[in-house]
Amino acid sequence: MRISLFVPCFVDQLYPNVAWSVVRVLERLGHEVVFPESQSCCGQPPFNSGYWDDARSSARVTMKAFRDAEVVVGPSGSCVTMIKAFYPDLFKGETDELAARELAAKAHEFSSFLVNVLGVTDVGAKFDGKVTFHDGCHGLRELGIKSEPRALLANVKGLELIEMCEAETCCGFGGTFAVKYATISTAMDEVKCASILETGADTVVSNDSSCLMQIRGMLEKEKSSVRSLHLAEILASR
Amino acid sequence: MNGGRAIILGRIREALRNNPAPRPHTSHSQSEAAADHNGHAQREWLPKVGETLPERIDLFAKISEGLTTEFQRVPTMSAARHLITKLATESQWKKIGSHSHQDVDALLEEIELPIVRTEKGYAINDLESCDAGITGCDVLVAQTGGIMVSVESAGGRALSVLPPHHVVIARTSQMVPDLTAAFEHVKQKYGKQFPSFLSFITGPSRTGDIERILVLGAHGPKRLTVILLD
Amino acid sequence: MASQSSDFQTLSRRYTADKGFRAFIQKGMSGYYKKRDQNKANFQDWQGARDLAAEIKYEAINHLDKYLLEFEEKITARGAKVFWAQNAEAAREYILKVAKENNVHSIIKSKTMTSEEIHLNDALEKQGFGVVESDLGEYIVQLRKEAPFHLVFPAMHLTRRQISDLFQKELGSEPTDEPEKLTMIARDIMRRKYCEADMGISGTNFAIAETGMISITENEGNARLTTSLPKIHVALLGIEKVLPKLEDLSLFLPMLATAGAGQTMTCYNTMYAGPRQLGEPDGPEQMHIVLLDNRRTELLADAEQRDSLGCIRCGACLNICPIFKNVGGYSYGTTYGGPIGSVITPHLRGLKDWKHLSAASSLCGACTEACPVKIDLHHHLLQNRRNGAKTAPNPLEKISFGGFSLMMGHPSLYRLASGLGRIFQPLQGLVNGTILDPLRSWTDSRKLPTLAPQSFHEQWKKQRNRKL
Repeated sequence: MRISLFVPCFVDQLYPNVAWSVVRVLERLGHEVVFPESQSCCGQPPFNSGYWDDARSSARVTMKAFRDAEVVVGPSGSCVTMIKAFYPDLFKGETDELAARELAAKAHEFSSFLVNVLGVTDVGAKFDGKVTFHDGCHGLRELGIKSEPRALLANVKGLELIEMCEAETCCGFGGTFAVKYATISTAMDEVKCASILETGADTVVSNDSSCLMQIRGMLEKEKSSVRSLHLAEILASR
Repeated sequence: MNGGRAIILGRIREALRNNPAPRPHTSHSQSEAAADHNGHAQREWLPKVGETLPERIDLFAKISEGLTTEFQRVPTMSAARHLITKLATESQWKKIGSHSHQDVDALLEEIELPIVRTEKGYAINDLESCDAGITGCDVLVAQTGGIMVSVESAGGRALSVLPPHHVVIARTSQMVPDLTAAFEHVKQKYGKQFPSFLSFITGPSRTGDIERILVLGAHGPKRLTVILLD
Repeated sequence: MASQSSDFQTLSRRYTADKGFRAFIQKGMSGYYKKRDQNKANFQDWQGARDLAAEIKYEAINHLDKYLLEFEEKITARGAKVFWAQNAEAAREYILKVAKENNVHSIIKSKTMTSEEIHLNDALEKQGFGVVESDLGEYIVQLRKEAPFHLVFPAMHLTRRQISDLFQKELGSEPTDEPEKLTMIARDIMRRKYCEADMGISGTNFAIAETGMISITENEGNARLTTSLPKIHVALLGIEKVLPKLEDLSLFLPMLATAGAGQTMTCYNTMYAGPRQLGEPDGPEQMHIVLLDNRRTELLADAEQRDSLGCIRCGACLNICPIFKNVGGYSYGTTYGGPIGSVITPHLRGLKDWKHLSAASSLCGACTEACPVKIDLHHHLLQNRRNGAKTAPNPLEKISFGGFSLMMGHPSLYRLASGLGRIFQPLQGLVNGTILDPLRSWTDSRKLPTLAPQSFHEQWKKQRNRKL
């Protein structure tokens, strides 16, 4: 399959290794990965803040970049939610409504794509360590992704998954919320990090780099030895 | 006078006119069921109640235990009388409240305490100082462990809530599977002349308002006894 | 004068800084979660029940005029008086009028959030009518001259010690650290009040059109006593509370109990069809129904968010909300706190002053998932943000997002900015954590991520362009 890679802007700038990990896993499974270079940002920051006109101009760039794609795969439950769940709302009654719906239909979050589209749960990965998994809210509640990352992690050799009690509780990132209401966001981060530490895991994994940025930010500030990795990075390791 | 009736109704109609709301996102196609349902649609989703009467009585007993309802099955009215006499002695009742009701009257035949009867009206303080209120009920609800009472079956509004111990007498024929059946029962029984008060009582009065810790007998009865006559 | 928004910031910071308080709230919720999950599991299908509940509410709200008229006709035929109040003032004046005309001396109330919404107690007290809250939690906060902390658990923010101190000071009772003893102190006081009161004021959980009844859900029995003993019963209800049929309660009563308190059913669920009828031994001589609009019709006119009128005030969205659990009920400054309050308050009290509540959310969606009637809560928060940005944009945000969309709308500009970012990033390092740091609200508690030496775009270009 020819897969068009969607790399969210902050993954592009901060975590290129996450995107490369996706490429490695998909290529290892025998698929061709292309990266439409005219993509920029899905438009979620202005969308979430209420500036829908501004969101639409970003979104149009994304829609154009993936117009001819067969399938679009991205390593972020949140940014894929923007495309899959929110573009149809954003463009409702607009001239590009059809294009928005078309892109929504062919866009997939990485773990969901592997399991539900490709039917793969074992990607031949190996990772020695105890990990705990954080469910990003958008992936979990907008896209209904819960079992997919766990099915994939279950087949990683050497990996032990320990569920945290607050796996489904928000990490407190929420985009601009994290700085506008920093104290609340931080309090939520504390609950999340305490829950992670309670498991005794050495690595926290998620399918969303934005949540990991929030979680990692606090773990590093507190000088914790717990590492944070994107699911794709685990699946790419061997 | 009815205040802003015309204005509010006008606003409601204006708000709804040519302005349809998106239908709820539901996984089950239930719009028809909701628009013209007979009250049975929910049975598919609500907790199971068992097919037979013994199963339902067992369920009622099990839920009662969780609620701290004292559930007593007795084979005969004389056993029920024995039970109430024992309760009266143990709890040192000095005065009780009751009302005109075939089973209640039969139950209390051997009780020799002063009785405040509510059916023709009563003084509030007189009822308040009773140690127990003895009533009948309309039905027992297996699904919830609840008792449905009404003005008619429980001697008014207050008898089943004002005294600190509420004792209910019921027969197994009064056990219904669920709330839907309870509503059907009262609709059949009272038709268009509903009593002004119908209540589901599900366990003794309780509160968790202090540190979410359960305390029984917040304002209503601290004890609830259900005597089920086979 | 400080704005509602800055009040929220101040209060939420204060509560959030108090870790002991946060732990106390979390602990209070933990028993609820367990019991809620057990009760949900008893349903054959909780999701199916939610779907049906949402459909029934959809039917009721979208034919509100029809069902209200049916309700009015039926309950009026039973001897109740129905008053339609356009706003809080009209509702208060009507209740005051009833109290004056009947020479009322003593008023007892059971829990009603609608009366909080119209500030009824203040109005009654100003006119010299003593009012006592009979629900234990409400009584406690009334003694403290506070509003309820939570829709369902009004005093959950207080420890038994604080309550004991309060009772000692206000009631002269002996100190105790047993919730049972504290409850009995209130019970004894309330018993006298029920017997004396000549007016009882209650709320309403559901109004039934088909049979002309109101239904009240409670655990303590205080609402039953409030509506049984005084000679006048006044029931307040928002116009959105009507349900078509009596049997609808067989779904809503267990759902309200499960979602709201983790119970199979609450202890008392009572349906009142008018005042005391001929031949009945007790009950009030008069029953007054106060139907309150108070801008609910504005919410009704917003088709997109109309479903939020289906709210049954169970509090499930508050209980699950990570914001509520950290900032507590008082930070909101609203009658209805938590996610549902953040959604409806801008409609009931003005978007300009209350849109910040919609911004104070990570949009995690736990509320929507918890809602027994499937109100699309977190998406409504997004819509309020959109409506707020349209009608009253924040100038700084407007410029920022304008710039953002200009950059993201032109991939070449995005590339340029990506390069510039790498040049300027070291500058942030110089001010990191200081007062000059523009990202201080992040860096105070969290380490800032650093830009990768090369973006994925650049790396891909270098490594893969040969293929093209």
